[in-house]
Amino acid sequence: MSLHKEPDFGTPAKNGAEVALKIDGVEVTVPEGTSVMRAARQIERNIPKLCATDSLEAFGSCRLCLVEIKGARGTPASCTTPVAEGMEVITQSPRLEKLRRGVMELYLSDHPLECLTCAVNGDCELQDVAGAIGVRDVRYGYAGENHFDAIHADPVDLSNPYFQFEASKCIVCSRCVRACDEVQGTLALSVQGRGFASKISAGLLSEEFFTSECVSCGACVAACPTATLTESALVAHGAPTRSVQTTCAYCGVGCSFRAELQGDEVIRMIPTKSGKANEGHSCVKGRFAFGYATHRDRITTPMVREKTTDPWRKVSWQEAIDFAAARLKSIVTEHGKEAIGGITSSRCTNEEVYAVQKMIRAAFGSNNVDTCARVCHAPTGYGLKTAFGTSAGTQDFASVEKADVILVIGANPTAAHPVFASRMKQRIRAGAKLIVIDPRRIDLVKSPHIRADYHIPLQPGTNVAVLNAFAHVAATENLLDETFIKERCEEESFADWLAFVREAKNSPEAVAEIVGVEAATLRQAARLFASAENSAIYYGLGVTEHSQGSTTVMAMANLAMATGNIGREGVGVNPLRGQNNVQGSCDMGSFPHEFPGYRSVEDDAVRVSFEEDWGIALSSKPGLRIPGMFDEALAGKYLGIFIQGEDIAQSDPNTKHVTAALEAMECVVVQDLFLNETAAYAHVFLPGTSFLEKDGTFTNAERRINRVRPVMKEKCGMAEWQVASALATAMGYPMTYGSSAQIMDEIARLTPTFARVSHARLDAQGSMQWPVTNAAPNGTPTMHVGEFVRGKGHFVITDFLATEERTSRKFPLILTTGRILSQYNVGAQTRRTQNNRWHDEDVLEIHPHDAEQRGISDGDMISIASRMGNTTLRAELSERMTPGVVYTTFHHPLSGTNVITTDNSDWATNCPEYKVTAVEVKLSNQQSDWQTTHKEIAATHYKTEPAE
Amino acid sequence: MKKPVSTSSSQTKRAQILRICQRYDNLASALIEVLHDVQEAYGFISEATQREIAGALNITRAEVHGVISFYDDFRTEGAPGTVVRICRGEACQSMGAQGLLAATTNAVKDRARISVEAVYCLGNCALAPAATLNGKLHGRLKGPRLSSLIDEVTK
Repeated sequence: MSLHKEPDFGTPAKNGAEVALKIDGVEVTVPEGTSVMRAARQIERNIPKLCATDSLEAFGSCRLCLVEIKGARGTPASCTTPVAEGMEVITQSPRLEKLRRGVMELYLSDHPLECLTCAVNGDCELQDVAGAIGVRDVRYGYAGENHFDAIHADPVDLSNPYFQFEASKCIVCSRCVRACDEVQGTLALSVQGRGFASKISAGLLSEEFFTSECVSCGACVAACPTATLTESALVAHGAPTRSVQTTCAYCGVGCSFRAELQGDEVIRMIPTKSGKANEGHSCVKGRFAFGYATHRDRITTPMVREKTTDPWRKVSWQEAIDFAAARLKSIVTEHGKEAIGGITSSRCTNEEVYAVQKMIRAAFGSNNVDTCARVCHAPTGYGLKTAFGTSAGTQDFASVEKADVILVIGANPTAAHPVFASRMKQRIRAGAKLIVIDPRRIDLVKSPHIRADYHIPLQPGTNVAVLNAFAHVAATENLLDETFIKERCEEESFADWLAFVREAKNSPEAVAEIVGVEAATLRQAARLFASAENSAIYYGLGVTEHSQGSTTVMAMANLAMATGNIGREGVGVNPLRGQNNVQGSCDMGSFPHEFPGYRSVEDDAVRVSFEEDWGIALSSKPGLRIPGMFDEALAGKYLGIFIQGEDIAQSDPNTKHVTAALEAMECVVVQDLFLNETAAYAHVFLPGTSFLEKDGTFTNAERRINRVRPVMKEKCGMAEWQVASALATAMGYPMTYGSSAQIMDEIARLTPTFARVSHARLDAQGSMQWPVTNAAPNGTPTMHVGEFVRGKGHFVITDFLATEERTSRKFPLILTTGRILSQYNVGAQTRRTQNNRWHDEDVLEIHPHDAEQRGISDGDMISIASRMGNTTLRAELSERMTPGVVYTTFHHPLSGTNVITTDNSDWATNCPEYKVTAVEVKLSNQQSDWQTTHKEIAATHYKTEPAE
Repeated sequence: MKKPVSTSSSQTKRAQILRICQRYDNLASALIEVLHDVQEAYGFISEATQREIAGALNITRAEVHGVISFYDDFRTEGAPGTVVRICRGEACQSMGAQGLLAATTNAVKDRARISVEAVYCLGNCALAPAATLNGKLHGRLKGPRLSSLIDEVTK
């Protein structure tokens, strides 16, 4: 594909009654409120402009987009002039030409004429507009006072690793300042000074971009019409020559990007306005942190070894696959089919995940397939399926724009889902009320121009008590939506639930002490939620990663149903999915008890449909979950595992238990981009493909199926679905596909909710939200409209049960974990980028009171110990924390965060209780034993034989 | 990585700044009033103070900087010494303000802590050319009058 650019209509689209006008004599019809500029653009009248762009509201400062309007005085700016019925506009005349040329001469008199050596040569709006206006001479000359010559020019701000700011090329159109405000919502930029001295500035006078409030989302770079804000890679390499439309592989927002390349080198990622999840916006990870895909640590050759202490031997694909197949088969011969299985990855495409689960069910011969969603959103699947009938969120992202009250619980969107957070923040700034339930004072609680109406800093592990208290208030203060309940929900389960939540034990007064928040606050927040027109719940892993994870999901579902907040825009129960394809990997049959589409392996009719299509008998016995795999391994009954793109030795709780289980296995096959932590225990390493090499689809948190297109060939020579097919074939079950599109056709054939999905239809439509069926051929943005998928909504009694993980004199603090903006998950990707500049180590956030009691100062090294293990981190004193609660991230392997976390898990789904671990913290000047051992293993388990 | 230990005096100042913001209910729209009060109290608005104000009013540092830098009257560093502002509005211009500005600038160029600036209309047109000296308005500044006034205040 050659280099593609999206058109810029100058001002945002509007919704309104149709208005007819004439532009240059041509009849045009546009919605009311549309600017004359945008209307003209529709008939290819590209009125010159500099300060206008369609991601921002009109500003009217550059004075180039002047037009003549019949009957109107003067020459109004077309960007700030809305259309009117019967209006007659002239976009070009000798008078306009002269005016525009005069203005452009002024711009050029203060702009360096170095186009040929400029980074944006050929991709510069100032250059284009100057060309269109036809400036041939600048009457003012270039000798006067200016911002660009050696005497006057400011030094270039190179502080940000991904883009540079060169003030001498700035025309002060304020597009960057407005993008930071209107698109990102951070307001890190302002115009400093006034008049001729005006200059764009980040933060305070002494600050540069890196030290300012800038979050490096790139919205300003995208908005800049000159070379002032430019990607550093563009400066270094020159202009891209081709582009490919694809989908980001970081979080569950699933942003659409245009990868722009020279040859096979990605120069930059440009977020696309046509992408429905992000609408042209991006974050620091998606837009800039793609360098890991070509990092020198990438392994591109298959490797095998007899023992995990042997050095790795580089081999051909055939040899590696035969090696793995022979080992796995011999385990089956000796111990039976139940002794092997695998884990699928939420970072891989639907097609790849589908191929792996098919390989396990058909070729391995058991249902021992699980996925990393086990450790994140498994409770979402269980809880929402029980209540509503579908294991997925109920809305699209745009729905938040219609919410009146937003309840954020156990999620930190500005760090983990930044592009959606921007959308949410704009809605909050426009007047929506906000309730945050989180033990930490996250940015949404208080950050510039955002303040939560209620913050409930609960004790970790008490989500259910809080939600029951909300329901209690709604049920006892006459705030339930009786009509909705009567029409849409089960009478009997509702009656039982109503009696339950009305019990005094669920009142705010009764739970206040357990929760650690005043009853009055709980009551007022509950009233706010229950009495609004549209209340929407957004949640993350702070809900699911608890011993009552599934209960919490169902408690939210109860609350949403009881207050009538489901089945239309602006409401709903919305899981913010952690990884790019968590939704998809779950949809694709990655759970041991379910085929693709969440259908039980015990359902004969469903199983027969797969048996017929796949031509092999399948097991009706649900397989092992990940924790079960570890336990069985330690019992000597589970000995072979295929791990697709997941680093369980870093990401799963109780690391020492995980690594002991891996050590007990006879065949560990790891497929990944890098020799990750788990690979230290592997016998076979199969190189994987980065998202830039994949061909397939990702499904985001709003059930949106987005195309992922290869921008370069696989660096390792094989697509991941080809590897799964080859291993299945070598195991004795021939699996062949000509393309990943064929796999999607098979998925559609066998999965009712994907019935009308195909790569061809996705290419034509852009994206679709499942269910995509004959009844909804273009997908379903809002679910459960008119009727729940399961028929009537089901209420579940959600008794609060405190976790068994309790604080004690020995372990008096509660540790909770999370992540930060610049790093992603185990950091395998982001640690191999310049994002480390923002976060190069995991730190322990601790409240100053707790620190003072222990003699800990900011920056001290501290030991943090739980009943499971201990590790050493640096302390950061933070008033964001509630006293008694400490917090860290798990982005760096040596941090050993999961050495501390426990084996406790959600009662229904075994999702680990990452968010509650009783710990003690004390000063320490040495690494923990685990950290020392980890270094030894790193030195012995990663060796590669020298190439022959 | 250790953060500087805050001294008691900086804590007192912090409390005073927060009180000023509180006077205006921490409203973002009261930024200019807050800046005036802070400058009134301390003579200038340091970057540390700007951070406090941004935090209290829940706005960004960039916004505070944008407003402060827009107005010449807000100062971000210590006492400015003597400030002379000569009007260059039309009336003063016609009465020789341009020459007055050049002459005054030249006359003080070797003297420390005196700054000479141009302003555009002090509203004192009837008594042109006009200037302010440390905020006090003076008119009919023809000839050496301004220089002697400066000499007087800097004595």
